Amino acid sequence: MYEFTYRRAASIEDATAQHKKADDARFLAGGMSLLPTLKLRLDQASDLVDLGHLEDMRGITEENGSIVIKAVTPHAIVNASELVQQKNPMLAKLAGSIGDPLVRNRGTIGGSLANNDPSADYPSGTLGLGATIHTNQRTIPADDFFQGLFETALEEGELITQVSFPIPVRAGYGRFANPASRFPLVGVFVAETDSGPRVAVTGAGPCVFRVTDMEAALAKNFAPESFDGITISPDGLSEDIHATATYRAHLITVLARRAVEEALI
Amino acid sequence: MAASDTIDIKMIINGTEVSGAVEGRTLLVQFIRDHIGLTGTHVGCDTSQCGCCTLHMNGVAVKSCTILAAHADGAEITTIEGLADGDILHPMQEAFRDNHALQCGYCTPGMVMSALAIVNKNPDPTDEDIRHGLEGNLCRCTGYHNIVKAVAAGAKAMRS
Repeated sequence: MYEFTYRRAASIEDATAQHKKADDARFLAGGMSLLPTLKLRLDQASDLVDLGHLEDMRGITEENGSIVIKAVTPHAIVNASELVQQKNPMLAKLAGSIGDPLVRNRGTIGGSLANNDPSADYPSGTLGLGATIHTNQRTIPADDFFQGLFETALEEGELITQVSFPIPVRAGYGRFANPASRFPLVGVFVAETDSGPRVAVTGAGPCVFRVTDMEAALAKNFAPESFDGITISPDGLSEDIHATATYRAHLITVLARRAVEEALI
Repeated sequence: MAASDTIDIKMIINGTEVSGAVEGRTLLVQFIRDHIGLTGTHVGCDTSQCGCCTLHMNGVAVKSCTILAAHADGAEITTIEGLADGDILHPMQEAFRDNHALQCGYCTPGMVMSALAIVNKNPDPTDEDIRHGLEGNLCRCTGYHNIVKAVAAGAKAMRS
């Protein structure tokens, strides 16, 4: 890694103040994506502002019909949380499918969302559940948050503080893991929410996206056969050594059905 | 503070307090191996995939190649060297030996540390629990079968 200045944040206010003072800082949460990125010299920072010691940025609560997860909560804690397992079990399942146990002990929800890796799991659950991202400056609906390949609505120095997930009527998560990296080659999160069904796809394109045709079909009848006749165009989907765009498009239909079946169990 | 300035850190490693001065970019595994001289924790891939560098930080199994040493300031660390009692191996280490769960041995420290994390969470894990629990550790020699047997045997020895 190129050298950088390490700064340990004492509070959320201190974290944003230290970030502002530096030339080109990054917030460091669990570091499971940021540190490998720096090691591979895909990114270079003048300063890292370590959030890892801020106990008040960790924790899970239920507030007004939503599960609220603070930004520096590791995936393993979300996966093991009785509250999440009870009220939003697919979110617990999603958190437990990320990476491996060692990565889940460190990687955080805020870090995952801020990074917006096209193959990350959390963006699909966040968009699929219609969550709200809270930052130190404002609240951002998931529909406005994810903007492109590794791009989000976050502005320079803006820090995710917590994410609020409305408790769905039912939900399911279909995921086809790349056997080597265990990232989802494609993941489809389906939820029946108070404001209607939502279908969010990760891994298939440059950024998580909703499939409105599928949502409309589910609004008529929340059942896997509602997808009969719906095909997904491979146009604009990712194509790489792991899978063609056509294969990914096909996986979306298969995994969406599985997610609906799971939601109905 | 300039990027090249060092940071004074201290932590408890295997029950002993240690201290040192590190750069911001120094990794926890580099501090433990190169500054403290405990070379049982290995670096395999250096990209958080292989798990050779697994140790326990504040009771949680983590990949020490992807944690900054400065972040671990004040932490309690257990490495593979902290398990045996003198010449008497920890039951999990003994189980790896008894079940021929290693060939070259490079991944073994990380495997043993992950195995203990599995047992800490569930004293009587099924083979499936063990295989899922070892997903962050790669072994290129054994095909995993004997490692899974060893973890089950180690868990059983630890229960008795």
